[in-house]
Amino acid sequence: MEAQVPTRMGDGSLVELTRSQIRAELEDGTAAAAKRGKVEPLAQDELDHLLDIFASAARFTGVDIGDEVILSQDGTGQPQMGGQIEALYQTEQIICQDSVEACHMDYSYPAVKTIVPMEQAAMKEAQERLTIPVHYGAQPDLGRYSRPNGPCGNWSELLPQMKIDEARAAQEEAMEMAVEDMVFVAESLWEAGADGINFDTAGAAGDADFLATLRAVEKLRGRHPDMGIMVGMASEMVLGTHGQLEYDGVRLAGLKPHGQMEAVQKAGATIYGPAINTNTSRSVAWNSARALTYVKPCMEKAEIPVHLNVGMGVGGVPMYGFAPVDAVSRCSKAAVDILRLDGL
Amino acid sequence: MSKGMRIQEAKKYVAAKLGVTTRDLSDNLTMHELRGELRMGRIYEGETTYFDDPSPLEAKYHIAERLGISINSVNRFKRGLGIGG
Repeated sequence: MEAQVPTRMGDGSLVELTRSQIRAELEDGTAAAAKRGKVEPLAQDELDHLLDIFASAARFTGVDIGDEVILSQDGTGQPQMGGQIEALYQTEQIICQDSVEACHMDYSYPAVKTIVPMEQAAMKEAQERLTIPVHYGAQPDLGRYSRPNGPCGNWSELLPQMKIDEARAAQEEAMEMAVEDMVFVAESLWEAGADGINFDTAGAAGDADFLATLRAVEKLRGRHPDMGIMVGMASEMVLGTHGQLEYDGVRLAGLKPHGQMEAVQKAGATIYGPAINTNTSRSVAWNSARALTYVKPCMEKAEIPVHLNVGMGVGGVPMYGFAPVDAVSRCSKAAVDILRLDGL
Repeated sequence: MSKGMRIQEAKKYVAAKLGVTTRDLSDNLTMHELRGELRMGRIYEGETTYFDDPSPLEAKYHIAERLGISINSVNRFKRGLGIGG
């Protein structure tokens, strides 16, 4: 009888599967991504390597010495004790991250624009207390520009009413405001000494959200040739909430990671972060194989570093607030080993 | 980040600038000693204090100079002192 191995599901629950079952999960996961994403599945030797990773009973795993990559992240500086700056410092000194990201708890560019001077003051102090790069980040959050929070029409309400033209017009109006706000906040924090700017969950509100981000990146790159700009995505496919928006002649609705990366590169970003959402009903092995299959086409064409999002609910990691380290370390090693990523 | 270098290129670049091998970059003992010598900043540990270690801004200044990169906070600091940047 085949021995069982402890592993995780996409919701974080601990289960036991045999090595053969894990192999089947890996093959099913890559096939699912290949079919939906119209990309090549992982090769057999890659699946063999993933099987060694996910069929291990080790509590923790890691990359080989010499294969270390850079860790970037969103939203550090959330204090357990003390204040924001102490939390950032602890992230440098105790967690030993490669970089940190100062942010506001309301992680949204339209929200942060109202308190920019306070964020600037915090960034200035952070730069004096930390040696590692301190970035600044938030989300484009296009939805916040729609009523009742914002001034534009609410396309989430207009679309079910079949008011398509009105919904598109509302998104286009919101885009203009979003670009202005993202550029304003980014430039303000750059002026305060930020080492880079992160636009996180780009495309969360669909293709208009993604286009606003690309336009903001373009403007910033034009004005600040030295600015580090990271664009992290929201999911493996850009939703066509508008449906007709293009960037440089390419329709944004439906873009998969390799298409997203090309747009982000063209706009002038310096790091691209694909995000592949976790299916909580499937195993971590299935989710990891699926995620790597989606992202693999990016690596040959990438001219800028690719930092796969491997965190809560993305990159194969369980969708759970306290992601189990056995799953996180396996997904991280899998991503680095198979994709030869620049970072996580 | 600002140069958009891929990881392998970045490791070679940094190793060359520091006069070490890319394998040395993975060795925290080697890098701890090297960062101390080059005044690039290192992790604080209560039982082995280095009171003379640089402040973060000084450390970043040395990092920028040694690696030949532009660090925004260092440039801002230098502008404040009236010494360029």
